[in-house]
Amino acid sequence: MTASTNDFVIKFANVNGSGSASANELFAKAILRMGVPVSPRNIFPSNIQGLPTWYEVRVSAAGHLGRRGGVDLMVAMNPQTFEADVREIEAGGYLFFDSTKPLPPGVRSDIEVIGMPLTMLCVKHYDDPRQRQLLKNVLYLGGLSMLLGIEADVVETLLSEQYKGKPQLAQPNIDAFRLGRAWAKDNLKHPLKFAVVRADNVGDRIFIDGNSAAGLGCVYGGATVCAWYPITPSTSVAEAFEKYCHKFRVDADGKRKFAIVQAEDEIASIGMVVGAGWNGARAFTATSGPGVSLMTEFLGLAYFAEIPATIVNVQRGGPSTGMPTRTQQADVLSCAWASHGDTQHVLLFPEDPHESFGFAADALDLADKLQTPVFLMLDLDIGMNQRLCKPFQWDAERTHQRGKVLDAEALESGVPFGRYRDVDGDGIAYRTYPGTHPVRGAYFTRGTTKDADARYSERGPDYLENVHRLKRKFETAKSLVPQPIIERAHRPTSIGVLYFGSTSPSMHEAAQRLAAEGLALDLMRIRAYPFPDSVRDFVLAHEQVFLVEQNRDAQLRTLLIHAFDLDPARVTAVLHYDGTPITARFIAGAIRDRLAAVRQEVAA
Amino acid sequence: MTYIAKPKLHHPSLTRNRVGFTRRDYEGKISTLCAGCGHDSISAAIVQACWELDIEPHRVAKLSGIGCSSKTPDYFLGQSHGFNTVHGRMPSVLTGAYLANRDLLYLGVSGDGDSASIGIGQFVHAMRRGVDMTYIVENNGVYGLTKGQFSATADQGSKSKKGVENTDSPVDLVSLALQLGASFVARSFSGDKAQLVPLIKAAMKHRGAAFIDVISPCVAFNNHGGSTKSYDYVREHNDAVNRLDIIEGRAAIEVVQPDDGVIDVEQHDGSVIRLRKLEADYDPRDRLEAMNFIAHHAAKGEVVTGLLFVDADARDFHAHLKTAPTPLNQLDTAALCPGAAALEKVNAGLR
Ligand SMILES: Cc1ncc(C[n+]2csc(CCOP(=O)(O)OP(=O)(O)O)c2C)c(N)n1
Ligand code: SF4
Ligand SMILES: [Mg+2]
Repeated sequence: MTASTNDFVIKFANVNGSGSASANELFAKAILRMGVPVSPRNIFPSNIQGLPTWYEVRVSAAGHLGRRGGVDLMVAMNPQTFEADVREIEAGGYLFFDSTKPLPPGVRSDIEVIGMPLTMLCVKHYDDPRQRQLLKNVLYLGGLSMLLGIEADVVETLLSEQYKGKPQLAQPNIDAFRLGRAWAKDNLKHPLKFAVVRADNVGDRIFIDGNSAAGLGCVYGGATVCAWYPITPSTSVAEAFEKYCHKFRVDADGKRKFAIVQAEDEIASIGMVVGAGWNGARAFTATSGPGVSLMTEFLGLAYFAEIPATIVNVQRGGPSTGMPTRTQQADVLSCAWASHGDTQHVLLFPEDPHESFGFAADALDLADKLQTPVFLMLDLDIGMNQRLCKPFQWDAERTHQRGKVLDAEALESGVPFGRYRDVDGDGIAYRTYPGTHPVRGAYFTRGTTKDADARYSERGPDYLENVHRLKRKFETAKSLVPQPIIERAHRPTSIGVLYFGSTSPSMHEAAQRLAAEGLALDLMRIRAYPFPDSVRDFVLAHEQVFLVEQNRDAQLRTLLIHAFDLDPARVTAVLHYDGTPITARFIAGAIRDRLAAVRQEVAA
Repeated sequence: MTYIAKPKLHHPSLTRNRVGFTRRDYEGKISTLCAGCGHDSISAAIVQACWELDIEPHRVAKLSGIGCSSKTPDYFLGQSHGFNTVHGRMPSVLTGAYLANRDLLYLGVSGDGDSASIGIGQFVHAMRRGVDMTYIVENNGVYGLTKGQFSATADQGSKSKKGVENTDSPVDLVSLALQLGASFVARSFSGDKAQLVPLIKAAMKHRGAAFIDVISPCVAFNNHGGSTKSYDYVREHNDAVNRLDIIEGRAAIEVVQPDDGVIDVEQHDGSVIRLRKLEADYDPRDRLEAMNFIAHHAAKGEVVTGLLFVDADARDFHAHLKTAPTPLNQLDTAALCPGAAALEKVNAGLR
């Protein structure tokens, strides 16, 4: 590897539960405060204590926030994974380790080794075993800050902020940081081949995880009922909602303008959301794939009974005993077509926390406007990792759009009411909330056996009228959901690439890289299902179309081909699904290889 | 089939209650259940109870699961919003609805299959939470709608119509509700309107989780000799612990002279449940005694009915959650959205 400034990957290998998380996060934040973009990723096991955990920080002056792949500096703090961690270091990179014990023999000769006697220093300076453990993390932070040129002031300010109001904690941390820094200054060769140098590439961007952003978005979007069941990686959505509700929604007398229920399971969670939505409150649940599976019966009912519901699905890998702490976009089909009967659901695909916030609020509006379940499709990569993104925005004039609801006044004035009549031709009927009017507007809610006035009917024509109207409603949804975003290449090209969700930063980096190689790509980021017609137009306007996804079976491609009756040969899938976030290296490689193969075929 | 609207023949002599409605205004569509089905008697009792309580029909939300029993909300309170949800999951939908608007009365109707088998988890947790509702299980010991399979409340040794014996031990929802902390627990019999109507009234006046297990014979599949949920069996083995009256807001509209065996229980809204004890030593304010008493009689093959337990001072789920008095579904953007300026502060804290 060659020397570089503000462009490298550092990985911390720790033991889960050792208190390393906050030190590592502080490291990432310090670099951000120096004006240099970073993108950290937690790679953690499904347990609380004892198993290995990694924190990988990509430092990128150019602002590439996708996972790069490869490690330039490994902070190897976990003896259990030491060997494997060392293997991951790029040739010419560094190994940073606790030199209290000597390095095992035979460590690679193509890397540079930096030893700092962390345990020894801790034992020397601290008596309390817990303090020794926690401050060890701060010690290496001090050492690394020296080696990498991270400004001491910045770290010390962050430490003071972190322990605001707890000076008895702040000072020992700052002292430990200084101790580590001083030791490195006196004993280690520095700076390294790569360093952090103050820049101005961060701007006004914020640094937050997508789950917290979605939770806040639900507060802004006016959700009042949240029913959920704990599951990684979605738990922090409900936790964030609760945190922000306590901040913003508690009256002076302690009364709460929200209700949060940790339900007995996901069936109950969605049941409560459906009940609240039926009764006119904005409600949401947060879950992951296994939870969605349990919810499917209710999702079908909500689709047919036309009840607003918002479901935040933070996707992970595979089934319950699968890869709960790994990322994938593998619930596309299970959500789009969740449930039995002819059902279809609206999906929103945010690319980062900024959109997670906005789309969460949008989802609540859409669910009300369309009177149907709406999924906010996050994944572990954007959900549980802090990501640099545009600041949250909220239009001061914006009000919650509650959709077509007849109130007491409307009913009193004699507006005719039939719950499932398509009065406006857009497939969306008017509804009433229970308890609105003494003698008008009541109706009986059930699945499919009904006529347009919500009366019991098993007649075929009534059924058809209803499901055809639902189809019209889904057409209407196309124009209401977030529209796709096109980024054209600098010159006309016949190659188009579709992508969505957390793939975004790696896709951009890959496109830049390929452009530098002379390969121009038009990009379209899909942001919702049902796909607006512009998605079909994009496909048809390009000779060669790639669709990048993080699942095995090209699920979005299936939806796309189905939605527009496309010739499957028109869309080539680029698929990444080992549970790690997709990289630019992978995307660029796959597209490059595919195009080379096509050229060969043509030549042959 | 299509619906049949009940002819609205408003006979001038139909008495209006204090809120101006006749008994007819509390009725619904014509029932499609089998003639003689116990469930229809329960619907009639609900109609009577709501009319007598002077409840405006639209202030009730009625919810159910799936089953013959769960169909019944279409057959009463036609001017109330109703929701026929999914099998066994009425409690969660009711809970959500109750969270959305604390001002309505919630009436959940379910079956023994719905609540004691597929939905037992939701039954359990709705009781635990103290959702303010009246939860009626129309208990016939079978799955009526799917044609006569045993349900989990069928007694061990009872026989199906085809003569097959049930070997599993039964779930007693009343004992379960008591154990789970329900604050109003009663059992009754669909054939005993004099007992059932006041029980429903008292349950609807109660704040907190009110549960009534109503034995409701299925004439199609479970009303034969070997069944312990048949009309004959229940009539013979019914052992009522008390009879009750509801006295609204302490206004003396009382009909029965109190005697020695009377217990008055004042509910949160000032109404009084007056119990005429039939069992001398039975006090429905003691949860443990209630559990004992029921178990003791069950062992003898007796079905105890009446108000078995009430905690008139119970707090409901909204009280636990400290929810604002204004129903959540009536809060607007100004009340719910922290606004652009607050967001700027959030942003500033994330840099
Ligand atoms: C998920 C699901 N499984 C099975 C059924 C079929 N099903 C409909 S009603 C019923 C049993 C109803 O029994 P109960 O609640 O006792 O009502 P009853 O008809 O006896 O009043 C069953 C199993 C269903 N509707 N949904
Ligand atoms: S089958 Fe049984 S429960 Fe169903 S309507 Fe007939 S009698 Fe009632
Ligand atoms: Mg039954």
